[in-house]
Amino acid sequence: MLRNVDTPLHVRGESVFVDDLPEPDGTLHGAVCASPVAHGGLRAIHLDDARACPGVVRILTAADIPGQNEIGNIIADEPLLAECAVHYVGQPVALVVARTPEAAREAVTRVRLDIDEQPPVLDPRAAAAAGHFIAPPRRLVLGDVDATWAHCQTVLEGRVDSGGQEHLYLEMQGAMAVPDEKGHLRVYSSTQGPTAVQRTVARVLGLGMHAVQVEVRRLGGGFGGKEDQATAWAVLAALGACLLRRPVKVVLRRGEDMRMTGKRHPYSSDYRIGLDGAGKILAFEATYYQNAGAAADLSTAVLERTLFHSTNSYHIPNVRVTGMSCRTNLPPFTAFRGFGGPQGMFVIESAIARAADACGLPAWELQRRNLLEADSVFPYGMRVYDPRARRCFEEALARYHWEDWQREAAAFNAANRRFKRGLSAMPVCFGISFTNTMLNQAGALVHVYTDGSVGVSTAAVEMGQGVNTKILRVVARTLGIPDARVSIDSTDTRRVANTSPTAASAAADLNGMAAQLACQAVLERLRGVAAALLGAAGRLAIHDGRVQVDGRATDLTWEQLVAAAYMRRTNLSAQAYFATPDIHYDKTTEQGEPFRYHVFGTALTQVTVDGLRGTYTLDAVRMVHDAGASLDVLIDRGQAEGALLQGIAWVTLEDLLFDAKGRLMSNSLTNYKVPDLHFAPREVDVAFLEEAGNPRAVLQSKAIGEPPLMYGIGTYFAILSALRALRPGRPGVYDAPLTPEKVLRFLYA
Amino acid sequence: MLQFLFNDARRDEDLPAGMVVLDYVRRVGRCPGTKEGCREGDCGACTVLLGEPNGARFRYQAMTSCLMPIGDLHGRHLVTIEGLNGPGLNAIQQAIVDQGATQCGFCTPGFVVSLTGFLLGEAPLTEVEALAAIEGNICRCTGYVSIVRAVRDMLAALRDKVPATGDRLPALMALGVVPPYFAEALTRLGPVTPLPPAPPGAVIVGGGSDLLVQQAEALAGQPLRLLSHEPNLRGLRERDGDLYIGAMSSTEDLLRSDLARAFIPDLEPTLRLVSSQLVRRRASVGGNIVNASPIGDLTIMLLALGAELGLRLGEEFRTLPLARFFLGYKQRDLRPGEWIEWVRLPAARRSYCFHFEKVSRRRYLDIASVNTALSVQLVDGVMRDATLAAGGVGPIPMVIPAAAGALRGQPVSAAAAQACAAAACAAVRPISDVRGSADYKRLLLRQLIYAHFVELFPEACPVEALC
Repeated sequence: MLRNVDTPLHVRGESVFVDDLPEPDGTLHGAVCASPVAHGGLRAIHLDDARACPGVVRILTAADIPGQNEIGNIIADEPLLAECAVHYVGQPVALVVARTPEAAREAVTRVRLDIDEQPPVLDPRAAAAAGHFIAPPRRLVLGDVDATWAHCQTVLEGRVDSGGQEHLYLEMQGAMAVPDEKGHLRVYSSTQGPTAVQRTVARVLGLGMHAVQVEVRRLGGGFGGKEDQATAWAVLAALGACLLRRPVKVVLRRGEDMRMTGKRHPYSSDYRIGLDGAGKILAFEATYYQNAGAAADLSTAVLERTLFHSTNSYHIPNVRVTGMSCRTNLPPFTAFRGFGGPQGMFVIESAIARAADACGLPAWELQRRNLLEADSVFPYGMRVYDPRARRCFEEALARYHWEDWQREAAAFNAANRRFKRGLSAMPVCFGISFTNTMLNQAGALVHVYTDGSVGVSTAAVEMGQGVNTKILRVVARTLGIPDARVSIDSTDTRRVANTSPTAASAAADLNGMAAQLACQAVLERLRGVAAALLGAAGRLAIHDGRVQVDGRATDLTWEQLVAAAYMRRTNLSAQAYFATPDIHYDKTTEQGEPFRYHVFGTALTQVTVDGLRGTYTLDAVRMVHDAGASLDVLIDRGQAEGALLQGIAWVTLEDLLFDAKGRLMSNSLTNYKVPDLHFAPREVDVAFLEEAGNPRAVLQSKAIGEPPLMYGIGTYFAILSALRALRPGRPGVYDAPLTPEKVLRFLYA
Repeated sequence: MLQFLFNDARRDEDLPAGMVVLDYVRRVGRCPGTKEGCREGDCGACTVLLGEPNGARFRYQAMTSCLMPIGDLHGRHLVTIEGLNGPGLNAIQQAIVDQGATQCGFCTPGFVVSLTGFLLGEAPLTEVEALAAIEGNICRCTGYVSIVRAVRDMLAALRDKVPATGDRLPALMALGVVPPYFAEALTRLGPVTPLPPAPPGAVIVGGGSDLLVQQAEALAGQPLRLLSHEPNLRGLRERDGDLYIGAMSSTEDLLRSDLARAFIPDLEPTLRLVSSQLVRRRASVGGNIVNASPIGDLTIMLLALGAELGLRLGEEFRTLPLARFFLGYKQRDLRPGEWIEWVRLPAARRSYCFHFEKVSRRRYLDIASVNTALSVQLVDGVMRDATLAAGGVGPIPMVIPAAAGALRGQPVSAAAAQACAAAACAAVRPISDVRGSADYKRLLLRQLIYAHFVELFPEACPVEALC
């Protein structure tokens, strides 16, 4: 196993994050003045008191913006700084630039905003009723649900709610912008989307994109929260740097970050499900009310993925799903690992949990009877490619002795009045590729230096997911040289331009392929040189840093070959470009093949609920996961384990709360709890599906970042199963997160 | 002038005593390995070691630097990740690398420092204790599974090479887990001039674990009286059967105290529900009381144990039952400049059965939705006396006399538990907030009272009768 190349730095505290960068002399610090009101007309901004604070250099408002006051990426509906209205609590209104961060924050408290407060809309159903949409509703249709209900033996309807989720990347949002002698800017940003930052800085400052360089070394966690939501802070720093001709740094504090940035979208949904007498799902219909917050951000794309994953791992012949992106007065909700997929899957799993009851079958048996078949078609018209849903499901049941688990849980429950065990199975099928086909492109720049060392730049941003290590492995394997000869450089818009964000689990797929193509281009030239040097006509390859002819090592080393190539005036650099082939999607017909492939897997979960206190403990989660031919088992296991716990926490612990005025109540780590060591399941087993090579991605691998998050949904249903063992016959509750409060109310209210 | 050892070098700093150590380390000390994650002790990314002189050496404990004023560094040794690094990776670092127990890396220095503190400390080298040492470190990437594996690796690598008890520093130095300069840390610090007494009107700072969360900026400019430099306020002692807890004793001191354990059986698992080890080492018993949080865990326990306070204002001294200290939300019977010197648990309570319950969203390092404590004097199966205290159900940490009244003179039974709970629920007026709705808190109060009886008297109050 290859170790993550960053980890020796991490354990020594030597990894550099934005806030750790040495500050150039004269660096100024920005603090954001944000709206305290969720909705209202912004009548006036009174800055005199704030300007008089010691250390304040300048206070910037919308009036100071030289270009467009617009940071919306998909839809242009989001100002950088509020002009005449505010739409959520935490919306930036002004940037105080001062000599120290403390001085800037002190001055922020002295800014007075004159706001004509109006009642906020916070609920997506209320927003939909009032016609407040980000974009027109979307609908996917497969078969004919209307004609099917009459043929169903069981038809059930219900409502499902799921809450938001704070990313809680440990490193807060931040950026530092440094102007040069031409007034161009170098921006160090903690962003998953360097090009989005570059494009937006250029737009807001009225500069060409060539005047803006964005560099990212690494992020202290992203999880989607730094895809679009990192942009504002970088643009604010750049605005200050541009106007003041001084370096300006904007790094949020935790409370600011939690209050001002978007999170996972809360959803409220209605469904109808119909089954035949054998427990086969014949029809599924759902309407998703997505709480998009006050600006589009990525909401339409997130909603699209909800629709795409509305049937999770199941073969359902008749489907009609409708999604509405509802505009409310909350922060712009945004990408979060899973990107709408979890919200969609929670609805179908809730429907299945209820349907299982009605059919008198255990939920796992109902799931099993409806898994994707070889010829299954998704509601978006795509025939599933190489489905492994059943393989993963059956292997999980067998490998982890599901029958024994059930027997033991039943025995435990029969013997205990207070504590009950609950079990669940959670199959996952997640499509890989950006659903926006255009984004499925990547570039790489590979330099082989004359000493044989190799520097690689790609569009991928390292945020702990190990993408740099994976790309390093692809490069070293493709060139046939030791890992130590390769360095993955920072992500920089001057080295690789026009990049897609590091998102959609696709960074290693896309950038790994681009890097491989660049290596192959250099290699092709080097083979020519080697053939000339060796006078060999056989098949030339490089292995372990040595040239081989027809599989036999020669005396010619990689270093000698590179040096000789240079002397013969050979280009030792290559830029390469990769675009995922064969994917397409037509939004007018809602048909196409948006995904290159799918990732499959199944997790089995056991919990124990304390019926006296209304609390629960997570006993075990055991999964079989399809990682293709893993590029790095250590990294992929870490991704699976980490995503799992985020998913579990989304449906149990993490309770994003706003008050009636749209103010975030869960606004600190004291009030918003993410898992600690004790909360995590006592046992987590990750088994990767064997002999699972995937010809559709780099080196037969599969993407890993997001899919395992949705195994966490199984914990919800395991708890519910234990609750229903405590209170047989009581109807279930389908409202995540299932906090101890909801548990106790279920039991006793 | 503050004089202390910062990693391997002595510092003499003329800076405000209220400056936060985290800011000092990153901005003055230019050691960016210590990370800012929350500034409220809830994430552990800023964990440092603080060494206090103890005989010929420093005694080290891991703590969060965001809750520490630099005045507390005087005469002590502050160690950051930079001060632990050797030429290569040490056994802790190697285990984390080998197991992939770091992803984004932002939290990782905190984990390394916490584990170093564990190895340098006195706790046995068990997995349970090692994990307890990192319970205050939040990682958002790994799901902790790989971290647990790394901890196992680390223990396996060190267990036979490091003494199980006693001073582990020499062995850890020999193994390169801590650098060689630790051997001469006290010498490197050199002579230290005692701090001048705090001026009248100075803000009294105990552990700072709440004060620095609420008002770190305001503290920076004010004269402070740092109780951490007043050793007479710290420690537990017994007199005539009463237990005296110095107000500056940390919650962790209490947890590890044999005297306290003798007084309150099951104290240790109970106190492990309070905050995290990193914060328990800062959080003082007196501070928890003075903070007057309606939901302070320690306060609720002490109330149920009939605690009394010794309060001092200069030469003036008075005692006050803890139950009478709280006057209203965050209002206390405390005069300006007055401080708590000790908390006394009366000897009579030794014979009582005691139990504490707490439910929060997350079981550990979280603020309770409701917490309750019950002490009961049982004579021949009859409850002669009882005290029930509850937090989260009113503006102050409350003793609920009606609940105890329902028990007095009654035999232990499920019916008595139900009467007690009914009386308690009738007596409280919880409010809805981020920790739960009013209805939930009332319901939870009932359930936690039932839990006291089920846990304390499983035979007389079988769970079937109450669940």
